[in-house]
Amino acid sequence: MRNFWQLYKRNRSAVAGLIILVVVVVVAAIAPILFPQDPFSLAGLAMSPPGENGFLLGSDSLGRDVAAGIAHGAKTSLLIGLLATIVAVGFGTIMGGLAGYFGGKIDDLLMRTTEMFQTIPSFVFAILLVAILKPSINSIVIAIAVVSWPAVARLVRGEFLSLKNREFVQACHTLGMSDIRIMLGEILPNCLSPIIVIGSLMVATAILIESGLAFLGLGDPNIMSWGFQVGAGRTLLRSAWWVVTFPGIAILITVLAINLVGEGLNDALNPRLRERQ
Amino acid sequence: MRLLEIRNLHVCLPEGSERAHAVEAVDLDLAPNEILCIVGESGSGKSLTARAVMGLLPKPHVRVVDGTIEMDGEDLVSASDARMRDIRGSAISMIFQEPMTALNPVMSIGDQIDEVFRFHVSMGRRERRERALALLEDVHLPDPEYIMRAYPHELSGGQRQRAMIAMALALDPKILIADEPTTALDVTTQAQILKLIKEMQAAHNTGVLFITHDFGVVADIADRVAVMQFGKLVETGTADEVLNNPRHPYTQALIAAVPSLTPRPPRGQSAQPVLQIDSLIKTFRSGGGILGFGGGERIVKAVDDVTLELRRGETLGIVGESGSGKSTVARCIVRLVDADSGRILLNGTDLNGLGRAEMRPFRSSIQMMFQDPFASLNPRTRVGKIIMQGPLLQGVPATEAQAKARELLSIVGLDDRAYDRFPHEFSGGQRQRIGIARALALDPDVLVADEPVSALDVSIQAQILKLLDEIRERMSLSMIFITHDLRVAAQVCDRLAVMRNGEIVETGATAEVFKDPQASYTKELLAAVPGQNWRSA
Repeated sequence: MRNFWQLYKRNRSAVAGLIILVVVVVVAAIAPILFPQDPFSLAGLAMSPPGENGFLLGSDSLGRDVAAGIAHGAKTSLLIGLLATIVAVGFGTIMGGLAGYFGGKIDDLLMRTTEMFQTIPSFVFAILLVAILKPSINSIVIAIAVVSWPAVARLVRGEFLSLKNREFVQACHTLGMSDIRIMLGEILPNCLSPIIVIGSLMVATAILIESGLAFLGLGDPNIMSWGFQVGAGRTLLRSAWWVVTFPGIAILITVLAINLVGEGLNDALNPRLRERQ
Repeated sequence: MRLLEIRNLHVCLPEGSERAHAVEAVDLDLAPNEILCIVGESGSGKSLTARAVMGLLPKPHVRVVDGTIEMDGEDLVSASDARMRDIRGSAISMIFQEPMTALNPVMSIGDQIDEVFRFHVSMGRRERRERALALLEDVHLPDPEYIMRAYPHELSGGQRQRAMIAMALALDPKILIADEPTTALDVTTQAQILKLIKEMQAAHNTGVLFITHDFGVVADIADRVAVMQFGKLVETGTADEVLNNPRHPYTQALIAAVPSLTPRPPRGQSAQPVLQIDSLIKTFRSGGGILGFGGGERIVKAVDDVTLELRRGETLGIVGESGSGKSTVARCIVRLVDADSGRILLNGTDLNGLGRAEMRPFRSSIQMMFQDPFASLNPRTRVGKIIMQGPLLQGVPATEAQAKARELLSIVGLDDRAYDRFPHEFSGGQRQRIGIARALALDPDVLVADEPVSALDVSIQAQILKLLDEIRERMSLSMIFITHDLRVAAQVCDRLAVMRNGEIVETGATAEVFKDPQASYTKELLAAVPGQNWRSA
């Protein structure tokens, strides 16, 4: 573990990303303490610029506090990003693992299915799914997971394909080990690194998709989110720039931070890149 | 007159490496028309010495820190990059171990030879082409016109190496550096390539720096020999001096570790068969694709009607070149690969056709040992657990399996502390010992060893072979030993089966096969073993 931190630490920007990410998580966690009121509640004068009328980051056209929205929205974004990624990685790993390990007909079947999902532009597909399922936090998580898992499946399939012919796996066959144990106990631990890396980057994509959906009005109407804030404030871009700008910056910084962390994990976990510096 | 003078050469390694210098205080001389062999085990710095001459060190962490390399009085260490580019390919050229990776896979052989001319001399298109054709002719490639148009993957390993040699000799270099040029080749091809290098060297008056780990090759080709260990030169001298009268203890140990070609004395053995293989057939199909797209189907008969018998307590060697199907036979026997037809009788029970669950009780009686010590152990599993896995799967209680694993570690000569370590903390030879322990954990009757020592240095190889011999004695194992190395086979096997193109061309007691080979292919194989006139007694 210490060794891992040593490797991770070498990438400065990844450390910066991690610090930003920790700040975002802390803000999300203490949002109810910082802004005890419902972020949808009308907190004061509408359209107050930042720093005026007691609003740190200003208020929107209905007098809702932008800062409170960002703090509460952080929780939504991180939660959806994480949940959707866990579902996508879990499902993608199962599909890719089975396809790569068994090969042949099963591989053909699963991979053609995966390709079917990949032919539809992912954001359009997500919109379609949310529209059919009715906007709610569950349907958003499902939609994001459905459009994200094929990438994981392809990656895991490739790893399984190359690992299943390695001699240590064949040695397990000669010991009479069952397929399930070989897959879970022998092959999977050896392809965890790339899965962790793709997973971390996927959280960032999920946050972006969620923001996009909320911007189009397909977010959960009862939950504050950054995309919703940007969407609600876009008509006011010229008269009240702060309404869209601060949530936008929050999205930018969070996605950037997660990408930096993902990059750092890649550097630290991928043995082939270790020699690069 | 000296062509190349290396004086006090030091090449440093990146910080935190095992030692500070990859090459330390090396002095070497090379005269025209001379073959100097640099011999050493892996990590001895022999390859980096050659790369330093070429100016091909992986800079900036690995670089020459001290010393000079002079070619005809010109120092190559301080030469500019532009000057080095000029020298490489024209005055000094190099051939590599693996011709498939040293050639550009997307360029035809003709274009690659043409490049050498275009970069170094001004010549007309037609003239370049004629020169290239003449070169291919010189290295005895059949149908040079076709080879010019061919891509590397269309040629065999030996042909690719010939094309590499043609390229290296295109501009008549003064110095040719050959870095293990025959290690990746089959023994019969190796013999041809060695002959070719010698012939070309004599015709062009070239000084050859030949890097190898194989003393047989040294005996066949060297005029002078330099032995390296841990980056230092331990001994230099004429081939005769070093090979037949080594002075340094390391050289003596290395030469003593080279297995002799004289077969071991036969051992008493029972006539009772443990394993009988009866007309085994395995074909591989590739291509075809779904719905018949993707071109025609290719069918390869990897194992073609093989019948073998392994008697209790004996070691049966299966020897052959790459692609002969020897590994496929091994994989069929341990049921990693399903044979198309035939019978595999283990103590009278036919294993072929048994399902996975039905096979499980028989797994413990037949175990396998693998070639690559780096790929055959799960990097994320502790050594103790790797060895215990087999017994645990067979239902042995955990405490018993643990005790057994510790006992096996000491049997294969490893420290008890190895139990809690990960495979990457061990060297190649130690890992191979762990592999043996894993195979023995189930108390097998039959051990199938697929090239168990071919990835190891010669001194380690001798240790592992000795260990296998002891264990065979102690546990009354019967062993199928697959190898391409006839020297190893001579020392290990009681009987031999020679395979070619999936068929067995000859079987017999080792001593008899060596003394009086029947099949013409066996004769060819035996004649190609490098260094057989040396220490043939």
